Amino acid sequence: MDIIALTALLAASIAAGTAILFAAAGELLTERSGILNLGVEGMMLVGAVLGFIVTVNTGNHWLGVIGALVGGGIMAALHAVVTISLRANQVVSGLALTIFGTGLSGFLGKNYEGAPMLYQFKDLNIPVLQDIPVLGPIFFQHDIMVFLAMILAAGMWYVLYRTSWGITIRSVGENPQAADAAGINVARVRYFCTISGGMLAGLGGAYISLVYAPTWQQNMTAGRGWIAVALVIFALWNPTRAILGAYLFGGVEALTFRLQTMGIHISSFFLVMFPYIVTILVLVLVTIRRRQDAGAPEALGLSYDREER
Amino acid sequence: MLKRIPAIEMSGISKRFPGVSANDNINFKVYPGEIHALLGENGAGKSTLMSILAGLYRPDSGKIKIKGEAVKLRSPGNALEAGIGMIYQHFRLVSNFTIAENIILGTKNKKIGINKEQIESDIRSFSSSFGMEINPADKIYQLSLGEQQRVEILKMLYRGCEILIMDEPTTVLTPGEVKELFKILRTMAEQGKGVVLITHKLDEVMEIADYVTVLRSGKVVGDGQISELDKQSLTRMMVGRDIVHSQAEGKKQIGELILAVDNLNVKGVRGNRAVSNLSFNLYKGEILAIAGVAGNGQKELIEAIAGLREIESGSIEYEGEEIQHYNVKARAVLGIRTVPEDRIGMGLVPNISIMDNSILRSYLQDEFKKGFLLDYPKIKEYARQIISDYNIVCSDIHHPVNYLSGGNLQKLLLGREIDGNPRVLAAAYPVRGLDVAASEDVYNLFFHEREKGTAILLILEDLEDVFRIADRVAVMYQGSIKKILEVENTSIDEIGSIMLGAEVMGEQYAEV
Ligand SMILES: Nc1ncnc2c1ncn2[C@@H]1O[C@H](COP(=O)(O)OP(=O)(O)OP(=O)(O)O)[C@@H](O)[C@H]1O
Ligand SMILES: [Mg+2]
Repeated sequence: MDIIALTALLAASIAAGTAILFAAAGELLTERSGILNLGVEGMMLVGAVLGFIVTVNTGNHWLGVIGALVGGGIMAALHAVVTISLRANQVVSGLALTIFGTGLSGFLGKNYEGAPMLYQFKDLNIPVLQDIPVLGPIFFQHDIMVFLAMILAAGMWYVLYRTSWGITIRSVGENPQAADAAGINVARVRYFCTISGGMLAGLGGAYISLVYAPTWQQNMTAGRGWIAVALVIFALWNPTRAILGAYLFGGVEALTFRLQTMGIHISSFFLVMFPYIVTILVLVLVTIRRRQDAGAPEALGLSYDREER
Repeated sequence: MLKRIPAIEMSGISKRFPGVSANDNINFKVYPGEIHALLGENGAGKSTLMSILAGLYRPDSGKIKIKGEAVKLRSPGNALEAGIGMIYQHFRLVSNFTIAENIILGTKNKKIGINKEQIESDIRSFSSSFGMEINPADKIYQLSLGEQQRVEILKMLYRGCEILIMDEPTTVLTPGEVKELFKILRTMAEQGKGVVLITHKLDEVMEIADYVTVLRSGKVVGDGQISELDKQSLTRMMVGRDIVHSQAEGKKQIGELILAVDNLNVKGVRGNRAVSNLSFNLYKGEILAIAGVAGNGQKELIEAIAGLREIESGSIEYEGEEIQHYNVKARAVLGIRTVPEDRIGMGLVPNISIMDNSILRSYLQDEFKKGFLLDYPKIKEYARQIISDYNIVCSDIHHPVNYLSGGNLQKLLLGREIDGNPRVLAAAYPVRGLDVAASEDVYNLFFHEREKGTAILLILEDLEDVFRIADRVAVMYQGSIKKILEVENTSIDEIGSIMLGAEVMGEQYAEV
């Protein structure tokens, strides 16, 4: 493989990783507040189909993006009501929403199946930076959504670790009793994080149907929502690591195509398995090293009831 | 005289939980500059009343006034804004966070970004102005319980609390730390802040409090200036009768050797060596107390004897048989029963019913089986039996076990273990958090077992109890037993100094 092909591959990795990065960043925020959302896949699908429909009908892809945010947000709001206010099991609710989202998106998109997306985001080539050899084409010749995802994940790191909002969000995920006793409104923080997380999942879905594979096809997210959930674990709940992980998993996806066109045959099943295998390995390593403060938020998956003891 | 306005005035407060009336029409006042002790038996409703004041629980009825003005406290946040801070029995700190992060948690902050160094140095100078030396960058999980409590106090002071509520603050502290705490509380009172102290320890009440309110079964049964009361009258108010401290009557002849622990080494949770080269013998029909400052390996020792914690080296011999590689169940079958420090979680399963908890050890026995299935009518009958045999107060055996108050939990746990006819009974901090009457009940259970010839090993924190209960006392320091003494031949002072690491003269430990 020469340098040009490699550059192209890496650039493709970033494009492929962007949808995963949006969804993973959303899930990371949600989980940081202690809520496990396994409905990401469903929310991505709903985002993808709504983004597509709105864009096709209005001719404005920004309106499509808003549609996707709203779709993902509403799905997540359902999850929030069920798990935060009604304190139902988070796993069950999330799985149900994935199944629901899969069905709903198929239903909504029936008439759009296979239609092409004509309204494209233009590549936003960053002046000066794009001319750096090798790095320029890899990082700085993409559409605006790619940059948005990077900035968002980096910003999320800053918010979580360098601001008092971040302390608030993390405290709710670690120990809601302590957060409550310190005067923090636990439910409000969890609603905020869950709904924003769902909006980002919707955005990730829209990136696929509007930019990455500009069409609508039933089930087109093809498990990326699950990869996003795995990625959050892989990243040990840290947004900067999530950026790297998203591009790594994106790279695997990009590689699958390239290898096939180059006539090299690695079973595609293996490549599909890859993100999950890596995640399991990371989990094993983390548990062996077992650092007190580098793991899942302690209260992840647990509902909080003030008067319970 | 000027009419003083109470800092806090609660009136007509009632609160019901499923099956119990935790607070029933309670009136309660705290004046500025006052240290107010709140006394009462287990389950009297003290924590409930204070949780209402701290905004954690909503009362079913009643009014709260702060400095004469009626307020509604809908959340702990509301209460903090009103200047009321509560430190719970289980600290509410985020253990992965630093001290500084815990202290600023929930404070309103106009700036978006935070400057760690700035905040840490602010907090360092803030804490030293109260005479508390801490390193704000330390993580909570690195701290001892005493230090964590100091962080809780600082957190409340930093939020500008005018009323500080502390729920049984001294149970987890060493005697030295208790002195420190009382100094801090006195300083706060001198500054005009109000302090509410929930405790079971009458000595502490007499030492530090100005005023006392006593609750029983959710009602106020008495209050008054401490200067006009004594320990006996307080006890009478709390339990409605005098408590006769049962003594170990006519000390028994100590029987044969039953458990021999030799050169035991055990690792603690953090991989440190918690128990090191520890040896002792336990005889039938005796109570051997282990005294020592908390955190010197007591917990790990009990867990090693129970089979809950792997040992590094050494041996545990039971009736001449090495059992250190047996699992928990095998040891229980042999007759070694233990009551862990962590009652709920390790001893009992919190969310399942009182009835199911009562057969956790014995559900496999034939008497509770009906073919493949459990014989529920029998189990119900058995649970009722335990409830009545061990004086457990509960409204329904089908309720989850965490509805029980501390004393009743302990009686259930002990009852269950004693009902299995143990030959060795080991218990860690069996009366922690229990009121005088419940403690007395628990000690009587131990006396009764001793009569039957059971060998009893107790980890105790109160040295006066050690002298009242035990036949022999083993003093533990840094993971090993420094000395074993007959209680008749020693004094609180001697034990206290060995506990703190004073050199022991002569042999390593006395053989009996
Ligand atoms: N969250 C709860 N759910 C159900 N019942 C409760 C709850 N909190 C308290 N209770 C019940 O209310 C009563 C009063 O409990 P409370 O914890 O206030 O007692 P306490 O005086 O603090 O006792 P202790 O000395 O054991 O701490 C008890 O019967 C207890 O079982
Ligand atoms: Mg209490």
